[in-house]
Amino acid sequence: MRRMMVAFVALMLLALPAAHAVQPDEIMSDPAKESRARDLSRELRCMVCQNQSIDDSDAPLARDLRLLVRERIAAGDSNSQVLDFLVARYGEFVLLKPRFERQNMLLWLLAPLLLIGGGLALWLQIRRRSRNGADVPAPPLTPDEEARLAALMADEAKS
Amino acid sequence: MIAESGHYALVLALGLALIQSIVPLIGARLRDDALMNVARSTALAQLLFVGAAFIALVTLHVNSDFSVANVYENSHSMKPLLYKITGVWGNHEGSMLLWVLILALFGGLVAAFGNNLPLSLRAHVLAVQAWIASAFYLFILVTSNPFLRIANPPIEGRDLNPVLQDIGLAVHPPMLYLGYVGFSISFSFAIAALLEGRIDAAWARWVRPWTLVAWIFLTLGIAMGSYWAYYELGWGGWWFWDPVENASLMPWLAGTALLHSALVMEKRNALKVWTILLSILTFSLSLLGTFLVRSGVITSVHAFATDPTRGVFILLILCLFIGGSLSLFAGRATSLKQGGLFAPISREGALVLNNLLLTVACAVVLFGTLYPLAMEMLADFKMSVGAPFYNLTFAPLFTLLLLAVPFGPLLAWKRGDLLGVTQRLLAAGVAGLVAVAIVWGWASGGSTLAPLAIGLGIFVIAGAVTDIVERTGFVRLPFATALHRARGLPRSAWGSAFAHAGLGVALIGIVCETTWNSEYIATMKQNDVAHVAGYDVKLDGLFQRQGPNFHEMIAEFNVSHDGEKLSVMTPSKRSFTTRGSSTTEAALLTRGASQLYISLGDATAEGAIAVRIYHKPLVLLIWWGPVLMAFGGVLSLSDRRLRVGAPKPARAKQRLQPAE
Repeated sequence: MRRMMVAFVALMLLALPAAHAVQPDEIMSDPAKESRARDLSRELRCMVCQNQSIDDSDAPLARDLRLLVRERIAAGDSNSQVLDFLVARYGEFVLLKPRFERQNMLLWLLAPLLLIGGGLALWLQIRRRSRNGADVPAPPLTPDEEARLAALMADEAKS
Repeated sequence: MIAESGHYALVLALGLALIQSIVPLIGARLRDDALMNVARSTALAQLLFVGAAFIALVTLHVNSDFSVANVYENSHSMKPLLYKITGVWGNHEGSMLLWVLILALFGGLVAAFGNNLPLSLRAHVLAVQAWIASAFYLFILVTSNPFLRIANPPIEGRDLNPVLQDIGLAVHPPMLYLGYVGFSISFSFAIAALLEGRIDAAWARWVRPWTLVAWIFLTLGIAMGSYWAYYELGWGGWWFWDPVENASLMPWLAGTALLHSALVMEKRNALKVWTILLSILTFSLSLLGTFLVRSGVITSVHAFATDPTRGVFILLILCLFIGGSLSLFAGRATSLKQGGLFAPISREGALVLNNLLLTVACAVVLFGTLYPLAMEMLADFKMSVGAPFYNLTFAPLFTLLLLAVPFGPLLAWKRGDLLGVTQRLLAAGVAGLVAVAIVWGWASGGSTLAPLAIGLGIFVIAGAVTDIVERTGFVRLPFATALHRARGLPRSAWGSAFAHAGLGVALIGIVCETTWNSEYIATMKQNDVAHVAGYDVKLDGLFQRQGPNFHEMIAEFNVSHDGEKLSVMTPSKRSFTTRGSSTTEAALLTRGASQLYISLGDATAEGAIAVRIYHKPLVLLIWWGPVLMAFGGVLSLSDRRLRVGAPKPARAKQRLQPAE
């Protein structure tokens, strides 16, 4: 059901002619600049698609954005200037990689915090338990368990 | 008649599920065997009736009965038979029917093969299964009835979305659902254990095979979906971190953690509370996935708001089950006794680390998927969380995980010797470093991290081999003795070695594909030749062809390598008249594990055509890895110890009974 839904939305909402993402006529003559444009494209969202980057999308808007990115690069913008330009125009929504800013702090720090916190808690607990556990002798077997153990041992010996 | 019968069968299934929700529990309270055994019959009868409803819908689709709304909206009389059948679950209503069918199937399997379970545990498990089933039958009957008739039947249907008219639809959703829904069994076992207040190592032994079955199917389902997207969507991507994909990845991550923690519980009677919690969480994530996909909430919060009936219904089910089970857990978990002590450096410790990393990874996906929704609803701030974010956070997590993987199986239970294990892994480590050196020297361009990642992949594979060599004593012992020991080795040991090696294989595939993928995008005319990664691809011409329900433009390419003719590749573009949409059918040429991939763009008036040609080195390893993992799962499943329904000695049963 996963890809289906993407396909559904992409095709049904937009009723696009299926085309390729990057078109031959969009490619910049300077390979270094083109590769920068491709890298940037992968971080920019096609805003009318469901979770597609403009590098992947067939939508006309994605094409416009790809051309815009290349235009800015040709005009001599740095990568971050291009991103700033697009964010100023379309908002943070256009960035597939959220910026490391206050409102996104929780998102970015979740993994390291959970990892460190969880690891620390586990380490402490395991240490505490194994230390406590070492002092407490195991409770003696009940007569019932003794009998079962004896039966099992007898089984083992026979086989 | 058929539609009405199907509808009626579904209503009867709901009735049976309601009986099954209550009667066995009363039986368990009263210690009445007959009442507890009701669950068995109702579970089997439910399977029968849902099966009948499903067959009814399939029949309607095959007969192209356009008086049924679901058939009219998703089928066409000219559609090939295979897609008439698969089209049954290529839409919301039908896929929900498949969902409950698989739920009933698992319930039926527990009923039929759960003879080795204590009677009251089985009664509880089936009752919990029935709660879930009742909720979803109601959901289908109230909001998503696939059997609704149209007053004035149209002559022709609207056809299935062309992208779905592919063999992928026949395999991917059923596999995925077998996985997702299969986790309902471990959930039911967990709730049953909490209700009964009894949980021990035997519980883990009963749960593990079911979890393993679900995990195998989910693994294959996700891999299959990824390959389908790769060849069908026409730009060669295979994982998009799409919310819908995340919805299936989360239960997989949690389910993988569950498999490992249940192992600790079974062997060492430790991590009980955590294992119960994971069982609950894994299925909760499956439910959440169903909600995310089925409510349309991820498409847009606003789409959800305009037609909220379905979404709200599933949200209610979600809250009821997740909230209910977690409250039950909170209330009862403290009464579960902890057993099995272990030192931090031990097999248990390694499995705990595995669980920590997998859970964090799962939390990252969950958070990344829900964060934008929350921000939009709470702060009215529209933002995106996409592939670059996940790649960045997953890389370190999985690096840690993969570094630890070879150590786990070599560490001893209770107290391990890290230094000793490191020494035993020396050969594997050297193999990894040699791989880094070779790739470094040989590869031109690409990220400097790529050789390191490949070295890591080799280390993981070599680690899995080391584990088997250590256990069987190859090299150390005479060959015949080692072979004998290899035969005697538990299948689960082979299973984990294969599954772990699969991880390494997939990693190598991912790294190679992303780093050394070459791409050629251009407009080509007849007899133009493209040079991609040493291949010469010549466009021979364009042809038109009429398919059953589409019109197709085919481009014929002649592929040669170093002047030697290899093959003819024929990518095409299909236009489906009914929906007015088209699909790109990429052509693939497989050479070893690498592939040449051609897909077509738009044709120009002068007879030229936009073409994308990719060379994807070792790309197939990305899917061979999961296949290896699933194979490992199957091996483990065939282990005597875990065989589903393996008869238990009568003594064991009697021993458990009086304690209830």
